[in-house]
This record gives sequence, C-alpha cells and structure tokens, in this order.
Amino acid sequence: MIEVGKANFDEEVKQHEGVVMVDFWGESCGRCMELMPDVVALSEKYSEQMKFTKLNIAGNRRVAMGQGVMGLPSMVFYKNGEKLEHLSGEELDAQQIEEAIQKYI
Amino acid sequence: MSEVYDVIIVGGGAGGLSAGVYCARGKMKTLLLEASSNTGGQCAKTSELENYPGIIESTGPALMDRFRAHCEKFGVEFKRDMVTGLSTEEGGFIKRIETRSGETLLAKSVIIGTGANPRVLGIKGEKEFTAKGVSYCATCDADFYEDLDIVVVGSGNTAVEESVFLTKFVNSVKMIVLHDEGVLDADRTAQEQAFANDKISFIWNSCVDEICGEELVNGVKVKNLKTGEITDVECDGVFMFVGTVPNTGFLEGTIELAKGGYIKVDEKQETSMPGVFGAGDVCDKFLRQVVTAAGDGAVAAVAAERYIQEEEHWAESVLEAENDTLVAFWSPVDQKSLELMPSLEKVAADKGVKLVTVDTYKSQNIAGRYEVKEIPTVVRFSNGEPAKRLDTPEADQLESLF
Repeated sequence: MIEVGKANFDEEVKQHEGVVMVDFWGESCGRCMELMPDVVALSEKYSEQMKFTKLNIAGNRRVAMGQGVMGLPSMVFYKNGEKLEHLSGEELDAQQIEEAIQKYI
Repeated sequence: MSEVYDVIIVGGGAGGLSAGVYCARGKMKTLLLEASSNTGGQCAKTSELENYPGIIESTGPALMDRFRAHCEKFGVEFKRDMVTGLSTEEGGFIKRIETRSGETLLAKSVIIGTGANPRVLGIKGEKEFTAKGVSYCATCDADFYEDLDIVVVGSGNTAVEESVFLTKFVNSVKMIVLHDEGVLDADRTAQEQAFANDKISFIWNSCVDEICGEELVNGVKVKNLKTGEITDVECDGVFMFVGTVPNTGFLEGTIELAKGGYIKVDEKQETSMPGVFGAGDVCDKFLRQVVTAAGDGAVAAVAAERYIQEEEHWAESVLEAENDTLVAFWSPVDQKSLELMPSLEKVAADKGVKLVTVDTYKSQNIAGRYEVKEIPTVVRFSNGEPAKRLDTPEADQLESLF
C-alpha cells in the first residue's frame, strides 16, 4: 500500500486514473489497527485490479477533513478522482471492505 | 467433524481471555474464537486505564496483550472466526457452534464473552454523518477536533470522562443531558471533574433531535423535553456516549436474555442452557469493568470444569452402566439425607448394585433434569433410565425400589 499525505494526495489519489482506496487511519484508533492486517491482505489480493493507499491522519488532518473524513476508521473509494463511497464505523469489517472492492473493480 | 473441545470461548476480550487462562491452566482443551483480527475487546480500545488493581499505569491494549500472552503460556488455541449459531447435540452434553466461515465446532462447554458495542440511537443524520462529524470513540477521533466545538450526548461515566478527555483537544464541549439541571448519571468523582472544567457546559432537559450538515456536521437541533422547543446549536462534531448494546443477536431463541439483550447468568455465570456460561460485558450485571469481566471469566471457567466432570461422571457411572444403579439425590447439609445414608449403603450392598450419590447442594444440574424437588430422593436406574423412584423415603421403604 502506498503511503499518502498532504504532499502526494492529489497526485496519488485525485489524479489517479482508475479505482483507488484510501485507508484513513491513526495510531490511537484501535479499530484501525485491528483492521490493518485485513486491509493489507485485501490490497495484495486485488493489487492487479485497483490501487490501495493509506493515510495516517497525524499531520494530515486537513487533508482528511478536505475529503469529508472526520472519524476513524474510514475507507474511501475514488474513481478517476471522484469519490465513490465512504465506509466507516466501529462495525466496519473486512468483509464489507471486500464487497465494496468487488463492486468497483 | 472436528474434535470435541472441553471448552470453546466465544470472544477474546477481558472476560474471554481470563476464562482462557483458567481453562487452559486447568488442563482443559480450550479454543478461543475471536471475530476480529486482534484480541482485547473494548479494553484494547481504551487509552487510559487507571482502575485495574495492581496495574497502576498501563494502556488498555498493553494490558490485553498480557492477558493474551498468559493464555498462550498455558496453551489456549486461538482461531479467528465469528460465531453465528449455538445449539446442542442430542442429550445436550455436546454443544455445536456454527461459524461465519461455515465451520461446525464441538465442545462440552461454551463460555460466551462477546461483549458489547456502543449504542446507536438512530437520530436523524446519525448514520449519514458517522465518521463525518459523528463519533463513538474519543481516543480514535479526538485529533480531528483540535480547537473545534463539539457536542456530547449522554451523561453517564463514559460520557463525562470522555468529555473531560476531549477538552485537552477541543475548544468547547456542550453536554446534552436528559435530566434536570445539575443531575448527571455519572458517579460523584466524574461529575466534579466535569463541573470544574471551564471548557464543559451543559444543556439540561434536552436531547438531540437531528444532526445537520453538508459534507461534514455543522450543527445539531436540540429539543427541550419540557417545553418541546427546538434550538439550533452550532458544532463541528457530535460524540455519542449513550451506553452499549450486547452482541447477542446470534443467541436469540437459544438462551434466556434479560432486558436489553444481555445474557442472564446465575452466580456460577451459567446461562439457561446447561454447560453454557457468560463472562464480561455481555452479561446482565451491575458493573461492567475490565476487572469484573476478568472475575466472570474465572468463575465461568471453573464452573465449566465442574460441569464437565459432573456430566462425565454421571454418564459413565449411571447412563452407560451395564448393571442397575441406585442413585441418591442428597445434600450433606440435610439431616434426613444424612440419616438415610447408612440404610442406603446397606440396601445397595445387599442387592449388589452400585450406589451413586448426587450432591444437590453443589449442583442442581442433574437433579433438575429428573425433576427432583425434595431431598433425599432415591432412584433405581436400569439401562440408563429411571426404573423406580422414591421421594423422601423412610429407611424401611428402600426395599420397594427393587
């Protein structure tokens, strides 16, 4: 997964042609840390079909808020720079993320 | 079909992990199922932990890592899967667990520690703005709200403690409280902290009617419960701390649940299904803390071990016995039971049958199955079935059992 932040968010996500998912996470978000191994596994499984990135909100709070993300965990899908879906909530699990991936690839 | 475990523990929070330590240390073959990739449950999401005795300073995740290491030391097997159903095989001793991945697992006893999750009220806008200004986790999301204004819904310990924590980040906290001015559900210590904090103010007798915004939250509509009047309150975020709901959906219709869906347990943590126990926040109980969950786990583990011993002893010495047996339901604290014992021993010896005693003081499990209401009750079993029975017999009546 590509690390994105304020320096490269536009280039890696907004200007990307095709589907890209951003995993917004933070070290103090237990649920994010729980989900991380699953997200990495999914990124490997679907690496051929779409792009996977992650954004640590430490230092990138404004970028996240600019994308309408104000809570963790958040998985946001984009296609050709357009936001498709924002998955979030305590109950978010790997299965829901995989369903979304399958929907957009 | 899988091998039969002594115990399957469902859920790897403080209750489940504590049960794991006791089960595995007691040499029981133990499997712990956890639905998410990390064990630790709600505790692993708590940043500040100050009230686990003996642990003066630690974080929730760090303590839960120690619990897990302790389980591993004694040989608990861990598996990641979500339980979708619980039932029993014929006879009731072997329990079947169905999982989301389609597996069926078998165990002689089950300890349920599936915990609870934050309650969603279902206010207009709540779902729509989750992670866009609506939050259920202060430690997760506090960073987003630096120097912003927020509203907190709820007035229990969690609501108050998290509000105080959030004041380290935010510009202001407005707590929306259902009760009259000055009344919070939180304990005294927490209340005093909240009242003394300059950044916290209160809106009394009120609830949130709607959460508003465009892409992100920009305000709430607050309804005064006495006057019905609705006021717009500007804010950048809404934190919801209105209690928890237990994860017991998969148990509906199988074991008895209390109000709110919590599992009803007795003093041995046993549920309405014999051999199935509850531990931690998922139980109907007075205090939900890491330390009480750990206590529940220990009780459930020891009770599970006793249950298995009792059932296996019963099956072996009575149900599967080749010859007739004489079963006495008795209690060592009952005078009549004690007086009858010598005569029982004599009759058993005379007839050449084995005498099996069931102590109803220790456990009502088997007595309940045969509807034994009074003690002593004596039953002659033949081929695993009750053949003749006497409730509270006199010594000279025992002959009539044969």
